[in-house]
Amino acid sequence: MTANLINTPGLNYLGLLIPILPLIGFLVNGLLGKFLPKGITGWIGSLTVLGSFICTLLIFQKLGAGDAIRLDLFHWISFGNLDISFGLWIDPLTIIMLLVVTGVGFLIHLYSIGYMHDDEGFTRFFSYLNLFIFFMLLLVMGSNYLIMFIGWEGVGLCSYLLIGFWFKNDAYNDAAQKAFVMNRIGDLGFLLGIFFLLFNFGTLDIKAIEAIAPGLTMNGSLVVAITLFLFIGAIGKSAQIPLYTWLPDAMAGPTPVSALIHAATMVTAGIYMVVRSNVLFAMAPFTMTVILWIGVVTSVFAAVIGLKQNDIKKVLAYSTVSQLGLMFAALGVGAFSSGIFHLVTHAFFKALLFLGAGSVIHALHGEQDIRKMGGLRKFIPITYATFLLAALAISGFPLLSGFFSKDEILASDFEHGKIIWVILSLSSLLTAFYMFRLVYLTFFNTYRGSEESRHHIHESPWTMSVPLIILCVFSVLGGLLNLPDLVRSNHWMAHYLSAVTAPSATLLREHEPLSHGMEALLMSIAGAGAIVAILYARYIYVTRKTLPEEDAALHGFPKLVSNKFYVDELYEKFITRPVFKLSEWWGHFVDKLVIDRAVNGVAKSLEVSGKTLRLFQNGHTGFYVFAMVIGMVVFFIIRLLI
Amino acid sequence: MTQSITEVPLNWYILLSTFLFCIGIMGVLFRRNAIIILMCIELMLNSVNLLLVSFSSYKGNSDGQVFVFFIMVVAAAEVAVGLALLMSIYRNIGSTDIDVLNKLKW
Amino acid sequence: MMTLLLLIFPLLAAALVLAGGAKAAAKMALALTTIELLISVFVLNKFLKEGSEAFYVFYPWLQSPKISFHLSLDGLSLLMVLLTNLLLPIIVLSGFKRTISNAAGYFSLILLMQFALNGVFMAMDGLLYYIFWELALIPIYFIALRWGGPNRVNVTLKFFIYTLAGSLLMLFGFIMLYWYNPEHSFDIRELYRIYISDKNQSWLFWMFFLAYAVKIPIVPFHTWQADTYRESPTQGTMLLSGIMLKMGTYSLLRWLLPIVPMGVHQWGSVAITLCVIGIVYASVIAIKQKNLKNLLAYSSLAHVGLISAGIFALNMQGFQGSVVQMLAHGINVVGLFFCADIIFNRTNSINLDNLGGIRNLAPQFASVFMVIVLGSVALPLTNGFIGEFLLLYGVYEYNTWLSVFSGLTIILGAVYMLRMYKKVMLGNQGPRVLEFQDLHWNEMLALGILVVLIVVMGVYPKPIFEIAEPVLQTILNKTIIN
Repeated sequence: MTANLINTPGLNYLGLLIPILPLIGFLVNGLLGKFLPKGITGWIGSLTVLGSFICTLLIFQKLGAGDAIRLDLFHWISFGNLDISFGLWIDPLTIIMLLVVTGVGFLIHLYSIGYMHDDEGFTRFFSYLNLFIFFMLLLVMGSNYLIMFIGWEGVGLCSYLLIGFWFKNDAYNDAAQKAFVMNRIGDLGFLLGIFFLLFNFGTLDIKAIEAIAPGLTMNGSLVVAITLFLFIGAIGKSAQIPLYTWLPDAMAGPTPVSALIHAATMVTAGIYMVVRSNVLFAMAPFTMTVILWIGVVTSVFAAVIGLKQNDIKKVLAYSTVSQLGLMFAALGVGAFSSGIFHLVTHAFFKALLFLGAGSVIHALHGEQDIRKMGGLRKFIPITYATFLLAALAISGFPLLSGFFSKDEILASDFEHGKIIWVILSLSSLLTAFYMFRLVYLTFFNTYRGSEESRHHIHESPWTMSVPLIILCVFSVLGGLLNLPDLVRSNHWMAHYLSAVTAPSATLLREHEPLSHGMEALLMSIAGAGAIVAILYARYIYVTRKTLPEEDAALHGFPKLVSNKFYVDELYEKFITRPVFKLSEWWGHFVDKLVIDRAVNGVAKSLEVSGKTLRLFQNGHTGFYVFAMVIGMVVFFIIRLLI
Repeated sequence: MTQSITEVPLNWYILLSTFLFCIGIMGVLFRRNAIIILMCIELMLNSVNLLLVSFSSYKGNSDGQVFVFFIMVVAAAEVAVGLALLMSIYRNIGSTDIDVLNKLKW
Repeated sequence: MMTLLLLIFPLLAAALVLAGGAKAAAKMALALTTIELLISVFVLNKFLKEGSEAFYVFYPWLQSPKISFHLSLDGLSLLMVLLTNLLLPIIVLSGFKRTISNAAGYFSLILLMQFALNGVFMAMDGLLYYIFWELALIPIYFIALRWGGPNRVNVTLKFFIYTLAGSLLMLFGFIMLYWYNPEHSFDIRELYRIYISDKNQSWLFWMFFLAYAVKIPIVPFHTWQADTYRESPTQGTMLLSGIMLKMGTYSLLRWLLPIVPMGVHQWGSVAITLCVIGIVYASVIAIKQKNLKNLLAYSSLAHVGLISAGIFALNMQGFQGSVVQMLAHGINVVGLFFCADIIFNRTNSINLDNLGGIRNLAPQFASVFMVIVLGSVALPLTNGFIGEFLLLYGVYEYNTWLSVFSGLTIILGAVYMLRMYKKVMLGNQGPRVLEFQDLHWNEMLALGILVVLIVVMGVYPKPIFEIAEPVLQTILNKTIIN
C-alpha cells in the first residue's frame, strides 16, 4: 500500500530541522561550551530538543494516517548500480517515535539541568545528550536501512560516551566498553542483514523493499536469513537474551542517561526496526516464532532476576529488559501496533521511574541500595506520588496506561497460544510484585539510613520535579491513545499506524479475533492479578516488614537469582577470557615463535650454508686441484647425458 | 709384412693416451712435490697431444696436428711460468711441498 | 608539465632543505610540502575539468629493452598522489617542537621519500615504476636506522632485506614479461595487451603477489611490520603506514589484476583467504598488546587485510571500497600514530600499563583522539565506515562466509581500540602520567585537519567515487572478461 507523498516546502523544512537542531546543539555545546556560562549550556541543550518536538507537532498536525514525507538530501554512496542516498522519511510510525524521542527527551534534558547541576562535566553532558538525540532521530527518520544503521551505531557510541561519563572510575569505563562491544556484536548481524538485502533486492530503501518483499517465497531461506540477521541486531540493541547483560551494567551512567537511553529511546530501536520492516518479518514466520520465544523467555527471565536486586536502578534495568521482551512477544505474533503502543506507554512510565529514582538518589546524596532506604514518602512526597503512579502503571493496574498496552499484547498472544499467555501473565505478575517490593522498601516503613543523611533529605528542584509530574500525567492517561474497541473507542493508535502495518497484515496468519467477552475476561484477570500481586508485596514488605537479606546470607536458588544466574560470569569464562588467551597465544607463540622463526629461519639457513660452504676454501692446494678434477668429471658426465 | 707394421689399431692409441692421462691425473692428485705435479701436468698434455696426432694420422686430416702445435706452445709457456713461480716460492718457504702452501683461504 | 613539476618538486625541496641547515629545516619542509600540496590541488582542479589526458608525459628513454619515461595521472593515481601530498605536510607538522638531531638530513629524507612515492603512483612504465618502488625503500631505511628506537639496527635490516627480497621477485616477474612481449617494452599499455599463457600467468601472479604481500603486508608475510613500526621514529612510521603500504595495495589494482587476470582467477581464492585470515589474526593479537605502537601496527595490519580482501573480491564495490579505505586508513593511521607520539613525548612511556587518566589532564587531546579512534573503528559518518561497509559488502558478494569472518573486525576492532583508549586515557592517572600538556599549536592544527577530513569523507564521499570510477571500471573489465 503506497503512501500518499506530501511535498510542501514548509513541512520539508520542518522535517529537516528536526534532526538538525540537536546537531547544532551538540556542536555549540561541544566546541564553544567552555566559553559559555554553565546555566546557558543546559538550556541550549534542552531548547534544541524542544524545538525538534515543536517541529514534530507541527508536522503531526498536517500529516494524516496515510500520508508521508520523503526528503532525499544527497547521493551518499553512489557508483555503478549502487545508489544509497542520504534520505529521510516521515510517516505515522516515524511521527510517533519522534514525539516520544523528542518529547520525553526534552523532559529528561530539563531534568538533567537540575540533576547534573554540580557536576564539572555539565556542558559535556548536554553535548553528548544532544548528539544522542540526533543519532536517534536519524535512526527513526532514515529512509533506507543504511541511514538507520548510522543512527543505530551512533546511539551505541553515545551510550558508550554517556555510560562512561564519569570516566575516572574504571568500573564505569568497563561497563561502557561492554555496552559498545555487545552492541557491535548485534551490529554485525544487522550489517549482514543489510548485505543480504542489498545483494538480493538491489536497494536498501525501506519502501522499495516493502514493495518487492511479498514477491519472495514465504518462509524461504532468503527472507528467513535476512530477518534473522536483522533481528540479531535488535537483540543487541534492545537487550534480549543472549545480548542483554550490558543493560544492567549500563546503570553506571548518570540516571538521566539511564532514563533516556535505556528506558525511553535507544533500546526501543530494535522494536522500531522490526515494526518498520513488518513486511519482511511477516514473510518469515520462522523468524517471528524466534522473536516471540526470545521475547517471552527474556521477559520471564529478567523478571525473576528483578525479584532479588537491591540497587534501585538495577531493578529498573531488569524491568526494562523484561518489558522489552514483552514488546518483542507482541511483535512475534504480528501485533505491531500493540508493540508500539506499549513502547510509548513504557517510555512514559519507565522514564518516570528512572527520573524518580534519580530524584531519590539525589535526595540521599548518592545512595542507591534500597536496603538503606525506607519511609521516604514523608520526605519527598512529589517523587513518591509520581513514582507510585508509575509503578502502578507498569504493573498493569486497571485503567492506567500500562494496563491497556499490556492487555493488548496479552490478548494478541492469547490468540496465538495459551501457554504463551500464561507465561507472559506470570511475567506481568512478577513485574507487579518486584516493582512494589521496590516501592515499599524505598518509600514505606521507617528510614533505615544514618541519622545524618536523614537531615539532608530534600525534595528536588522544580527543573527535576516538573518533568516528573508531566510524565506522570502521561503515564496515567496514556491509555487514551489506544483504547480497545471493547470500550467503544476509536483505537486511535492502531488506526493511525494502519498504513504502516497494513502491508504485513495481509500476509499474517489470520486469527479469529477475540470476542469482546473473552477480551474483557482477560483484562479482568490481568487487572486482578496485578492487584493481588501488589497486595501480596504489601503484605510481605509493609505488614511483615521483611528486609532483603545481606548478600552473605543467601543460599541455593535465591543466591542464584541474586547473582543474576551467573550469566556475566559465564560469558567472561567462555568468551572473553578465551579470546584474550587466544590473543596472547597468537601474539607470543604463533607470531613470534612460528612465523617469525620461519622468516628468521631463512636468514639463519643462509648463514649456516655460508658457514658450511666457507669450509671449501681451506687453502690446501691439493684439495683445490682435486676440486678441479671433480669439476671436470662432472662436466663431462653432464655433457654425455644431455 | 709391411701391412702388419702400418696397421696399428686406433684403439690402442686411444687406450695408451687414456692411460697416460690417468697416470698424469693420479700424479697431480697424489704427489706432494710441486715439481712432480708440474711434470704430471706435462704428461697429461702430452697424452692429449698423442691422441690428437693419432686421430689426425688415421683421418688423414691435418687439423689435429696443427692443434698439437698450439698445445705444445701453451705447455711450454705454462711450464716456464710454473717453474718461475715455484722458484719464487722455494726461495721464500724453503720447500716445494704443496701441503705447506695453504694460505689461499678465507 | 604539471605532472613533471608535481614529481620533481619534492626532489628539489629535499635538496633545498638539506642546504638550508638544521634550524630552518622543519619550517622549510613545511612550507615546501604545503606548496606541493597546493600544486596537487591545482592538478586536481585541472583533472576535474580536463580529465587525465592533460597529464600525459612520455619520453622514450632506453631502446632495448624499451623503457620509457611514462607518467600519467588517472583517477586512481591522482587520489594516491593527493593522499601523499596531503599527508606530508601533516607528517612534517608532527615533527615540529621535537628535538631531532641533524634535522636537515631528517626532513630532506622525508621529502626524498615523497618524491619516490609520487613516482610510484604516477609511473606507467614497468621498469620506471620498479625503480621508484625500490627508490622509496632507501630514505625510509635511513630514517629508521638513524633516528629510530633502541632495537632499530636489527629490525631495519630485516625490514630492508625482506622487502627487497619481495621486490626481487617482482623484478623476475618483469623480466618474464619482457620475454613474453615481442615488442620488449615495459609500457603499461603494452603489458595490458600481451598474451600470456595460463601457466605462465600463474607464475607471474605469485611473483608479483608475493612482492606486494610483503609490502602491504599480508599474513603470513607480516612479521617485519610490527617491529619496524615500533622502532621507527614517528614520521617514519607515518610514512610507512600512511603511504608506503598503499604502494602495495595500489599496485594490486594497477599492476597485478589487469596483467595476469587468469592467474588472479586461479589463485585469487587463496589470496583472499590469506587476507581474511590476516584480518582476524591481527585483530585478535592486537587485543593483548601492551606496547601502544605494536597495538596500532596490528590494527593497521587488520585494516589492510580487509583492503586487500576487497580488491581480490573482484567487484566494483570492493574496488571502490578499497580506494576509499586506502585514503581513510592513511588519514586515520597517521592520526593514531601522531597521538601515540604525543603520548610518548609527554610521558616517555608507550606501555599501556604505565598510562591512564590522560583525559583528566588534556581534554582537547582526548576528544581529538576519540574521533580518530572512532574513524578507525568505522563508526558511521566517519571515513572508515564508508570504506569498511563497501569492502565487507564486496567480500560478501564474493563469498558469504568470508564476509562473516571479516565482519568480526567490527567487533574485535571495537574491543582492542576501546580497551586501548580506556587504558591510556581513562581511569586514574598511571604511574608515568605526572603532567600532560594539552595540544600544542602544531599538534592541534595537524590533528584538527585530520578530524575534519575524517568527518567530511564520511559524510560526503561522492567525489572520491566519481574520480576513481573510470579507472576502476577499466581494471574490472580487464580482470573479469579476459
